[in-house]
Amino acid sequence: MDWINQLNPTMQFALFSMLKVCVVIFLAVMPIVAYAVLVERKVSAFIQDRVGPNRAAPFFVKYLPVVGPFLVRLGIFHPLADGLKSFLKEDFTPAHVRKVYFWLAPAIAVVPAMLALAVIPFGSTLGAQKMVIADLNVGILYTFGIVSLGVYGLVLAGYASNSKFSFLGSIRSSAQMISYEIAMGMSVIPLFMLVGDLNLSKVIAYQADGAWLVFKQPIAFVIFLVSAFAETNRLPFDLPEAETELVGGYHTEYSSMKFALFFIGEYTAMIAASAMMVVLFFGGWTLPFAGLDQPATTLVMGFAHIGIFVTKMLVLMVVFIWVRWMLPRFRYDQLMDLGWRRFVPLALANIVVTAVVLWALHAK
Amino acid sequence: MIVKRANLSFWERLYLPALLSGLQVTWRHFSRTFFAGKKVTMEYPEQKWVVPEGYRGAPYLVRDQSGDTKCVSCQLCEFVCPPKAIKIIPPGSSGKPAERANAEKMPAEFEINMLRCIFCGFCQEVCPEEAIFLQRDYSLTGLSRGEMIYDKEKLLALGGTHAGVQKWKHKLDEAKEQETFPVKG
Repeated sequence: MDWINQLNPTMQFALFSMLKVCVVIFLAVMPIVAYAVLVERKVSAFIQDRVGPNRAAPFFVKYLPVVGPFLVRLGIFHPLADGLKSFLKEDFTPAHVRKVYFWLAPAIAVVPAMLALAVIPFGSTLGAQKMVIADLNVGILYTFGIVSLGVYGLVLAGYASNSKFSFLGSIRSSAQMISYEIAMGMSVIPLFMLVGDLNLSKVIAYQADGAWLVFKQPIAFVIFLVSAFAETNRLPFDLPEAETELVGGYHTEYSSMKFALFFIGEYTAMIAASAMMVVLFFGGWTLPFAGLDQPATTLVMGFAHIGIFVTKMLVLMVVFIWVRWMLPRFRYDQLMDLGWRRFVPLALANIVVTAVVLWALHAK
Repeated sequence: MIVKRANLSFWERLYLPALLSGLQVTWRHFSRTFFAGKKVTMEYPEQKWVVPEGYRGAPYLVRDQSGDTKCVSCQLCEFVCPPKAIKIIPPGSSGKPAERANAEKMPAEFEINMLRCIFCGFCQEVCPEEAIFLQRDYSLTGLSRGEMIYDKEKLLALGGTHAGVQKWKHKLDEAKEQETFPVKG
């Protein structure tokens, strides 16, 4: 591996960034998306007293004596079948759509969700590398900037589809995502007043020194959590999709891989939101015991930190899924009421209270 | 009718208590299915529902205790059948005689188109011979339309035997009794 050390720092940085991007996207995000769909189906089944998917059995299962049938019952092979199906299905483009935007929209739905992952520190260090794709000083601002682009995918999809259902879905999504972005953005301001830095690695370091921010700022957490549900279009805020009212919402006219891209976008946004919550409120890759709160010095510790982060994130993902099968959908006016008349004032009050408390503490 | 809407209390307006109880309910169902395995569904093609007695499934022809076709080709079921699923070809003057002694005739062919049949049970109700019964099969499948038209052989094979009053046998016995004197009774 000498050739790596012979490269100049810029080249090394580029190489490792590329490597991290590939690993995060193809070895972490994509499998998690695929299996989150399976977990979604299984959890929904169990909550509704069913068994869920348990049929897909590729040819090699019969060579595995006990494990094979067990994995089939778990539905482990369903995501593979789902993926294969989306590639093989006919990619139908209706005649009445605006073609350029119709093709552009799925990509625009996926890319911001993935870009938002760039600033998230998913581990401390592995060797000399910091486990974050882009260690930006403006971390959180970047995230909000990118996440707000996500709405364009949905709006374009609705506009391009040239169908009433898609159009209504995208109108709702634009209203919803823009309203909740404000509450979401304001909910995290108190955190950064406490931390004094926008860099997400610093946020984690702050939490490693003291208590997790979820205990210091519970109201901010509740607002952020609810807004995250709204931002990712999950129930109880899945008005843009609203299967029961709008067929499929903004992706009614899509099929095959284009539809799958919207799906990947939605679940990647869920991953990004969960990861963001872990970083902001649950101490990121740290645990407050066994010396796990300091940056790793060995490779084992480095992997342990990544494991801790992924575990915390998956727990939050399960919460996302769990809540979906519990609550009915909000009505449009209730949604707006909750966003503008409850959360925005609450978040503002939280900022003011935090400011006053901080001022009182530092005044003496 | 005017439904009175009670004003929500502070806690109710917060949504949070309702949310927690919702989590409780879903968790209860989840753990009941996941840990205790108490699912309410059935894995259909492998496990099949056992239908209760008197279930109105597919109509089949039955044989009597001595293994003879009970149907006498009266065609009442054919006439009463609302979707016209039954087709009977009577034996005609030169057809095979009835299997049962004393019965006049039996159908040369008896077809039920199971694609048309609505399992209404009129055929069973109208049959004077107790020869056709709605039985317990509810899931009939085939690879072609032709396969779904069940002929007499198939209907009799599927129908099995029906232990009922053997009307014609009794009539025959009675008639034989008439030959002797004094008549028993």
